[in-house]
Amino acid sequence: MELLTPGIGLIAWQLLIFLALFFVLRKFAWKGILSALKSREEEIDSALRMAEETRAEMAKLKSDNEKLIAEARAERDALIKEAKMTSSRMVEEAKSKASQEAGKILEDAREAIAQERITMVDSLRKEVGSLAIDIAEKVIKKELSDKGAQTKLVSELMSEAKLN
Amino acid sequence: MFKKLLLTVLLSVFSISFLSAQHDEEASHEVVSGNEDFVERHEEHAEEAFDMGGMIMHHILDEHGWEFAHGFKIPLPIIVYTAQNGLDIFSSARFDENNGEYGDYVMHHEKISLKSDHHATVWDFSITKNVASLLLSAVILILIFTAVAKGYKKNAGKAPSGIQSFFEPVITTIRDEVVKPSIGPKYEAYLPYMLTLFFFILINNLIGLTPGAANLTGNIAVTLVLALITFVMVHFKANKNYWMHIVKPPGVPGWLLPLFWIIEIIGVLMKPASLTIRLFANITGGHIILLSFIGLVFMFKSYAVGGGVWAIGTFMSLIEILVAFIQAYIFTLLSSMYIGGAIEEHHDH
Repeated sequence: MELLTPGIGLIAWQLLIFLALFFVLRKFAWKGILSALKSREEEIDSALRMAEETRAEMAKLKSDNEKLIAEARAERDALIKEAKMTSSRMVEEAKSKASQEAGKILEDAREAIAQERITMVDSLRKEVGSLAIDIAEKVIKKELSDKGAQTKLVSELMSEAKLN
Repeated sequence: MFKKLLLTVLLSVFSISFLSAQHDEEASHEVVSGNEDFVERHEEHAEEAFDMGGMIMHHILDEHGWEFAHGFKIPLPIIVYTAQNGLDIFSSARFDENNGEYGDYVMHHEKISLKSDHHATVWDFSITKNVASLLLSAVILILIFTAVAKGYKKNAGKAPSGIQSFFEPVITTIRDEVVKPSIGPKYEAYLPYMLTLFFFILINNLIGLTPGAANLTGNIAVTLVLALITFVMVHFKANKNYWMHIVKPPGVPGWLLPLFWIIEIIGVLMKPASLTIRLFANITGGHIILLSFIGLVFMFKSYAVGGGVWAIGTFMSLIEILVAFIQAYIFTLLSSMYIGGAIEEHHDH
């Protein structure tokens, strides 16, 4: 029981009780505590890793989406541009075609009018001719009803024919 | 800075004390009795000269029966074995009743011998104050950590709560800062031992600081057993590499080997010896300092010294609480390092 000389009784009790304490705590405390701590840490670890992966995936998705959107936008712009070009070209074409058509119609009309005129002039000429003949006939018929005049005329015509 | 301040306060307190000392003895007793557990000492020695060394030794050594305060002693069983009388079990109260004598047994300064044969070896396996305190601490530890374990079962996959969250940082610190780096990849097998060791030393250091309690970790028998368990563990688990290092240290010429064997054996034995003495000396030393300051009160018997001792005693107690943690930490750390060194795989020097 002196300060520097360990007593055999306390050594024995300490050994016994400490070892018993160790085995009891190992079985009923440390085992559960340590395994729970470990599994929780693993859970947290895997959860963190998963979050990291998800974040990376999200970022990838986002960049993919952005790329898709940019592509779609570019395509849309191209389409619009093309459509504009097509429509303006179509308008242009339609315009030129219309003016061409109009010119052609005008030409045809002009031609038709000229043709018409010619035939009209012809028929007019014929009409006027036949009218003149009719008139002449009627005049002659009236002139020739008078015998004296007839003879006079014949003689005149005769003299004229002679002269020619 | 703080120390200086304390010193100044203490010195001024002392100078005043000598001027106004011995003013009111009775009152100074009351000042002390409020804080400390040494009232009984004081009363006992109020008339006679105060025996500081005896008081300190009484407090740091083991005893048969547990004297919380003067006149309030719990008798504990005495278990003795002698070749002559065989095994005898009786209460320590028997000695107190008869001036340290009971039947054939005589107890003088806590040492039991035989009346009939003074030189007979008496095997004293009594439940002394330290053994009782040891049992108490074991029960407390079991209660605490089964409660903690229950918390882990109850809160599986959830955040810790209550006593569980109080101990979890300590457990993880021991695991991650002490055992894991010192022992290496195989640390898990040693974790239960190291945790038991740490909390056992810690709780007994703290119990030792409680007034009226036993100075268990300041007892060389206790620290010796702890160091020996570590020692046995180291040498049971040691690998070929460790033994080869002792038997044939690399790069040592053959004729020097005997010298190295001596050095290596001393080194091997020094490890448990240093573990034993470090814990024992730190805790006992702390108690002696604390008790010496408190003893001053009974030597000077003045208000002023009482006040000074109160201040410095509080400060010392806080330091002792720190030491309680540090020593538990160091014992566990060194045990881990010794085991880590013994199971370490070979590496080049």
